[in-house]
Amino acid sequence: MKRIALDFFVGVFVLIGIICIAFLSLRVAGISNFSGNTSGTYTLYASFNNIGSLKIDAPVKVSGFIVGRVTNIQLNPKTYQAQIALNIGKNYKFSTDSSAQILTTGLLGEQYVGLQSGADSQYLANDGKISITSSAMVLEDLISKFMTNINTK
Amino acid sequence: MKRIYNAIAIIGSPFTTFILHLGRITNLFFQILLSLAYPFKNFSLIIKEIHFSGVRSIVIIAVSGWFVGMVLGLQGYNTLERFGSVSMLGSVVALSLLRELGPVLSAILFASRAGSGMTAEIGLMKATEQIDAMSVMAVDPIKRIIAPKFIGGIIAVPILSLLFNTAGIWGGYFVGVTLLHLDRGTFWSQMQSSVQFHGDVMNGLIKSFIFGIAVTLIAVYQGFIAKPSALGVSLATTNTVVSSALTVLALDFILTALMF
Repeated sequence: MKRIALDFFVGVFVLIGIICIAFLSLRVAGISNFSGNTSGTYTLYASFNNIGSLKIDAPVKVSGFIVGRVTNIQLNPKTYQAQIALNIGKNYKFSTDSSAQILTTGLLGEQYVGLQSGADSQYLANDGKISITSSAMVLEDLISKFMTNINTK
Repeated sequence: MKRIYNAIAIIGSPFTTFILHLGRITNLFFQILLSLAYPFKNFSLIIKEIHFSGVRSIVIIAVSGWFVGMVLGLQGYNTLERFGSVSMLGSVVALSLLRELGPVLSAILFASRAGSGMTAEIGLMKATEQIDAMSVMAVDPIKRIIAPKFIGGIIAVPILSLLFNTAGIWGGYFVGVTLLHLDRGTFWSQMQSSVQFHGDVMNGLIKSFIFGIAVTLIAVYQGFIAKPSALGVSLATTNTVVSSALTVLALDFILTALMF
């Protein structure tokens, strides 16, 4: 085969490979949707009595819209509460009386942190602490509550 | 007494020959690594090999990928319909292809098409004494023949695996959305939320790269040690396909255990 034709076909081959990987990363893995906030992020902390099955990299949502990710989960050795660090995009501000709740996608899906902004005029700065928190719903507690209710009736 | 001795020796010989081959193939691998600089100076050798093994396999890889994707779409639809989760079809097709079927099947198809071709070519060169003629002329056959084939193979296999995955996902799309009337937006968005670039796409690519090294190495090795006769070359070609398939499947298990 002529030298030029050979080079051409191999070039087409490599081009096909590049197109495939572009397709796989953009259309299949949805990389462009992931794009971390272009303006940077800041960290907020929240303590919960029970975080359920919350994992690192779980989304932080406000009204269903993803504004950040959970970056760290630790146990406070004095109060025995779970303390989580939230990485939130810089253009989302929350007032000092915001509340954080651990919710579940669907009924038994994966868990995420839902934030709700309060009415205060002051905003939480970097390394701020969200004081109003609501723990995850534990299915066993609900069932035992239901059972005791049934028994008393 | 001697007959019992012989019988036990016959049982043990496959294992010892296997370990012998393992040692020789490692030896060949290091010899190839040492002579990697030469083909990069004569890039035309590598281009010819990529054309021979990669470009000519495009049709079989793309068509097989298309059909595998379509089958995944059909079978996935059948099973998911029972649980009412047909919307997950996109994730099922994409994850099965990216993580497992893409790398493994494209490596095995490459071995049967291009690997056997490589083995036959090197075996025939050995049978017609071209390899000996080369060493007599002070041209190292490993640098001239085997290393370019090796590099061509390890470049071609990941690209073919990507092509297989892409064709498969479009095949699944064709079956799910066009034939079975699933929602187009749901198909892609469910896929995007369950497929991770680093976890799935890159791991699949790393797998296919390792499979490429294994398959190409087995192909050139079998050609190199083929007995210089027609029967020897045909046995070597068969061995390439069988050993490659088994090695790819065994490596797949090990890599899956490590990665996922």
